[in-house]
Amino acid sequence: MSVLVYTENWDGKFKKLSFELISYGKELSKKLNTELVALSIGNVAESELQKLALYGADRIINVNKSELSFFDAQLYNSVLAKVTESVGAKLILFAHNNTGKALSPRLSVSLKAGLATAVIAQPDLTNGFIIRKKVFTSKAFANIKINSDIKILSLLQNSFGLLEDPKNAVIESFDTDMDFSDQKCKLMDVNKVSGKLILTDADIVVSGGRGMKGPENWGPIEELASLLGAATACSRPVADEHWRPHEEHVGQTGKVLSPSLYIACGISGAIQHLGGISNSKYIVAINKDPEAPIFEAADYGIVGDLSKVLPDLITAVKEFKA
Amino acid sequence: MKILVCINNVPDTTTKIKFVDNKAFDSAGVQWIINPWDELTLTRAIEMKETQPADIESVTVINVGRADAEASIRKALAIGADNGIRINSDTSDSYSVAFQLSEYIAKEKYDIIFCGIESSDYNGGSVGGMLAEFLAIPSVSSVSMFEIKDGKVVVKREIDGGNETLSVQTPFVLIGQKGIAIEPKIPSMRGIMTARTKQLTVVEGVACNQLIEFVDFDLPKAKAACRKIDAENVKELIDLLHNEAKVI
Ligand SMILES: Cc1cc2nc3c(=O)[nH]c(=O)nc-3n(C[C@H](O)[C@H](O)[C@H](O)COP(=O)(O)OP(=O)(O)OC[C@H]3O[C@@H](n4cnc5c(N)ncnc54)[C@H](O)[C@@H]3O)c2cc1C
Ligand SMILES: Nc1ncnc2c1ncn2[C@@H]1O[C@H](COP(=O)(O)O)[C@@H](O)[C@H]1O
Repeated sequence: MSVLVYTENWDGKFKKLSFELISYGKELSKKLNTELVALSIGNVAESELQKLALYGADRIINVNKSELSFFDAQLYNSVLAKVTESVGAKLILFAHNNTGKALSPRLSVSLKAGLATAVIAQPDLTNGFIIRKKVFTSKAFANIKINSDIKILSLLQNSFGLLEDPKNAVIESFDTDMDFSDQKCKLMDVNKVSGKLILTDADIVVSGGRGMKGPENWGPIEELASLLGAATACSRPVADEHWRPHEEHVGQTGKVLSPSLYIACGISGAIQHLGGISNSKYIVAINKDPEAPIFEAADYGIVGDLSKVLPDLITAVKEFKA
Repeated sequence: MKILVCINNVPDTTTKIKFVDNKAFDSAGVQWIINPWDELTLTRAIEMKETQPADIESVTVINVGRADAEASIRKALAIGADNGIRINSDTSDSYSVAFQLSEYIAKEKYDIIFCGIESSDYNGGSVGGMLAEFLAIPSVSSVSMFEIKDGKVVVKREIDGGNETLSVQTPFVLIGQKGIAIEPKIPSMRGIMTARTKQLTVVEGVACNQLIEFVDFDLPKAKAACRKIDAENVKELIDLLHNEAKVI
């Protein structure tokens, strides 16, 4: 038996979330007294693959085939099912991101394995295998028992820390022995945001709402974000009115984030917005209305006018960084 | 092409969440709605049928649920779906919902099956992918655009840090999110009238193994009161974020 972690690379470099998954998986594999296997699909250099061992991977399996250069959930899943069988994995871990959401349900059916998504903590193993997740768009928690022999989890990003635990892992290349000629999805165009921090990966997020008054006022938000190494986000009306791109829209109908710090500027804190940010470790609210509901969700708050508070904050951060 | 839209029936998003003995969701007095993402995929399917009738033969909605979900199915018909199906069953987890849907779809043949990215109640985010695997057909998830050009299906999907445009062979499962439509379509008066005459078929559910079970539920602890910082002294905020929260 083993614990299998599905890792993901971005242009040949692993994402932070892959190391997070390995750290989580390592802790669990120790409890279960079993080895941790990391799987990488794609073209990744050996030196990069070795980084997986740094966080505790005992074995690293590399599948590098030109036919798999493009993510097709059905094909990737069939590779995963083969690898699972070959390493005898009883527990498979994914990130709860676009790829994990696409793959984990398919694998659940292929392996008849119970799936729990958006998991936020280590399982409780005292009475079976019980995991915890948020439900009702973060308004409640559920404890879910997985009863099947093989189990699959997808983990909410930024819910776990990185923990180094260096191992001497060998990199094994895995031959799938499969025919990939019948591709039903064809890639026509890719549009990658480059040089910009990916919102769902960001540790700090600076976000603006309608209280920012207009797109021309976003300079301070961007400046503050860049000073903090943060990504920028917005509320839904801001995206709907095209002040900001739709990729930045956060909330129940937009992106769900789990950063360490979320700074809400001129956001009232509607329940649908909170649905996207309540996984944040800390929330800061800046709003001129002391009664704004955002203050109920926030850890720290400043009641004041953004046209003054934001420039002051930028100065203070500059001094702090100096 | 024949489109099938899977719609879940969920508590209104402003519902105050309560549980009975921490064991089950307390549905007393709850207002039910079509799951917000399903409303968006449905909106797009109907838009397509209206603007490209040559490409779209029909839009059917399907729900796995009990009779109390029929109001949501009727609403979908009022928005413009041609007919509705309800698979009569409890809906405890995504796996059994997907299995029930697959058993029905295997017999009926649809070209594109629309699902939402997740249900706003139990936030599984799983039915679409599971359904595709049960049917052994492709799935494309996080879809933010859907078109048919010269008879070919073109979709855009979100990836972490960008998007990809794909062409996909039917049949396949499309798992939609924000962007596929922006605002949900609202039923017109005429829509509501004609919905009454549209067909709503009820079929019996089939038994399915349960791989997971909900043990219990709880509510978040009340959050400590927000700590207010004087707007004249924003430095203090930086100090707290650094020394107390340790996030910068
Ligand atoms: C089905 C549904 C789904 C939805 N999904 C989402 C979603 O995913 N995400 C989302 O964000 N919303 C969503 N909404 C909309 C949501 O209900 C709110 O309308 C929206 O979040 C409000 O955005 P806002 O806070 O930017 O604007 P407002 O509510 O207008 O708030 C602006 C705030 O700025 C403050 N302000 C104004 N001027 C200043 C100033 N000079 N200095 C400091 N503060 C100032 C005001 O006091 C106010 O609190 C959804 C709604 C529905 C019905
Ligand atoms: N009971 C149901 N009946 C029909 N479709 C459903 C049902 N539950 C979920 N779905 C579909 O599957 C998607 C994802 O659901 P879930 O896995 O429950 O988060 C939803 O957006 C719906 O499209």
